[in-house]
Amino acid sequence: MAVRVEAAAFDPGAELSAFARGRTDIGAIVTFTGIVRDDGGLRRLEIEHYPGMTERAIAAIESEAVARWHLHDSLVIHRFGALAPGAPIMMVATAAPHRGDAFAAAEFLMDYLKSRAPFWKREVTGSGAAWVAAKDADEDALGRWQD
Amino acid sequence: MIDVLYFAWVRERIGLPKERLDTGAATVADLVSELRAREERYEVAFADLSALRVAVDQQLTTFDAPLAGAREVAFFPPMTGG
Repeated sequence: MAVRVEAAAFDPGAELSAFARGRTDIGAIVTFTGIVRDDGGLRRLEIEHYPGMTERAIAAIESEAVARWHLHDSLVIHRFGALAPGAPIMMVATAAPHRGDAFAAAEFLMDYLKSRAPFWKREVTGSGAAWVAAKDADEDALGRWQD
Repeated sequence: MIDVLYFAWVRERIGLPKERLDTGAATVADLVSELRAREERYEVAFADLSALRVAVDQQLTTFDAPLAGAREVAFFPPMTGG
């Protein structure tokens, strides 16, 4: 289990290689990489977070994933600060004996990171800046994981 | 004394990221009432509580949560990570 909240850019491919290296007990690794998307005119995406709570919240979400699925390892990387269009924002990796657990746990981690980890996105375009509003769909996505 | 933190547009509307307050508020809602009575900028930031989330000592909670023993309260909009 690892959590990294950092301003620096990361290389998703290198992260995947490092995550998998030296393990022979893993049958499946699922990764998700979130990228800064430009729908037109985006100059940069600024991400604010709550230092301290961010790491705790992500660790709690990871612990929940480990309790629910058979995972050997997981990795969450999430950047903050100013990010250019096309740059990786965040990455989730899950390692399990079988793919079902790895896929489900990765989706669970993503759903919870979206609306339970204290990050806030602000889009800066040529005509100004605006905070990104939370989507009802992201909140609704949590419903499928609740018993 | 309690540290009160503001993030994203809540921080922008109030005009500062953090302040230390001497408060006798029993719950988060009581603290919000105190803040709203202080100045217009707080009234504006806390006008619609359904648009806000709160954490006490870095744990998400609700506005009726007690503040006894709390060291840190944070107010912010719904989170947009991932």
